[in-house]
Amino acid sequence: MSLFVDIKKKLGDFHLDVCLEASDGVLGLLGASGCGKSMTLKCIAGIEKPDKGKIILDGVTLFDSEARINLPPQKRKIGYLFQSYALFPNMNVRQNILCGLRGESGNVLKDDALAEMLDMLQLHGLEKHRPHELSGGQQQRVALARILVGSPNILMLDEPFSALDSHLRGQLQIQMQKLLRQFGKSVLMVTHSRSEAYRLCNRIALIDDGGILSLKDTKALFSNPESRQVAIMTGVKNIADAKKIGEHELMVRDWGIKLTTALPLKDELCAVAIRAHYFNAKTNYNRYPVRFTDRMEEPFEYILQFRYENQNENSPDIWWRLPKDRMPKEPYEIGIAPQNVLPLYK
Amino acid sequence: MDMFPLWNSLRIAALSSIIVFFTGILAAYYAAKLPRTIKGVVDVILTLPLVLPPTVIGYFLLITVGARRPLGVFLAQFDFRFVMTWYGGVLAASVIAFPLMYRTARGAFESFDETLAYSGKTLGLSNTYIFWRIRMPFCRQGILAGFVLAFARALGEFGATVMLIGYTPGRTATISTTVFHLWRVSDEHGAFRWVMINLCISAVVLLAVNMLERRHRRAVIR
Repeated sequence: MSLFVDIKKKLGDFHLDVCLEASDGVLGLLGASGCGKSMTLKCIAGIEKPDKGKIILDGVTLFDSEARINLPPQKRKIGYLFQSYALFPNMNVRQNILCGLRGESGNVLKDDALAEMLDMLQLHGLEKHRPHELSGGQQQRVALARILVGSPNILMLDEPFSALDSHLRGQLQIQMQKLLRQFGKSVLMVTHSRSEAYRLCNRIALIDDGGILSLKDTKALFSNPESRQVAIMTGVKNIADAKKIGEHELMVRDWGIKLTTALPLKDELCAVAIRAHYFNAKTNYNRYPVRFTDRMEEPFEYILQFRYENQNENSPDIWWRLPKDRMPKEPYEIGIAPQNVLPLYK
Repeated sequence: MDMFPLWNSLRIAALSSIIVFFTGILAAYYAAKLPRTIKGVVDVILTLPLVLPPTVIGYFLLITVGARRPLGVFLAQFDFRFVMTWYGGVLAASVIAFPLMYRTARGAFESFDETLAYSGKTLGLSNTYIFWRIRMPFCRQGILAGFVLAFARALGEFGATVMLIGYTPGRTATISTTVFHLWRVSDEHGAFRWVMINLCISAVVLLAVNMLERRHRRAVIR
């Protein structure tokens, strides 16, 4: 199972230029709203037509501007879960799911497939209900059943959890993880939430302003962002200019400190990133005295803001997130483990 | 009492509202898809009959299908004419009632959530299926309302009708032209009777619509 996409599309001032390859597993498209991630899905599904390029799914060309191939969405065998789920309001759950089987014949087969979906997505007893009588989670399951019953070659999820209450979200993400493993073929998931992407995706493509910034394994992306833009998009709060001064040592002039890194440094080093969670009052590595300037309280964490003793006045306060029971005592000194000092090259 | 005007009005209104039902929906469906600038122009042309005086429409109809006009001459070869026949009444009522169907249907189509059509396509549903089983039921209320308005307007059509088919008792007389004629010849009673008949028909139509709506709403809630 593989998907190859290389498309260009112009929409007013906006240029979409996406090139990606997906194999089995979940590939996340992560980016802010309006960056082109949903448009990419629409082009793959055949709802929008790219100006140029190619889309190939499992060896079948879905779109090729040079060969003038443009299969209609009906022939692409793509399961598309819309943000709003797009259940047909005038049909009940059973009719909605059977829509995914139109074109196939044999009522016995259809009934079997329907029963299997009702089992798999725990929808028994809801067959006669209309979409507006269902909860958000149930609607999502019906939409998934309607898609999966036609056994598509690829699954595309567009912000699958954004229409749900936050307390439901966590629960449904666990169910979704199971379902995606069962599905076994490639999955594309569009999201603007870093944690959602981290939880569900094996690989992540970061999309910004119509193009792909980086496409990497999820863990590698978060543990070694490599560029400023990627660091910011993966949620790094503290970034400062830095200079290499040794194989494993760099100088941060704005903070007035030197830091040791676990990763060997390259000469082009231009900045350093440190996540708000990565400071530690107990470690002896990279330990320097600090002065606290502000504090915000969350249910289980503090967000502390501090400055190093010799920090440049124009440099912003540094963010630190820590569990409440780890609050340090005076005199205030904070360290950073070397593997948590992330070098940036762009 | 000669009941011909009742029968004639009903067949003209029924036929023209059926014609307008399909043409209005088609026009609305394709107009909703047009690019904005062209849509504006098309919209003006298709809505004009609503704001022009019906006599002006009657004038335009006469100069297109009149007996000595090319189209009239052409139709005459098949022994068919619009002037002074009840078919002409259907033509006049259709033109006048068309904008009502077109505009209400267009409003309904524009409120349709296009995502539903997209998801239908990715599920492999044909465009015809999506149109008749998803788009139309979704827009049912607006389309029904447009149909009733068109029927009521066609039933009450006077100006264009009288210009195109005149008033011939037993041949082209409709309820509204009969009321006008009877009033002119000072038959106040006769006019009153036809006014009451017209009122009854309109009331029945509106009642039927209300009941349909209520049943539909109950079905949705259930």
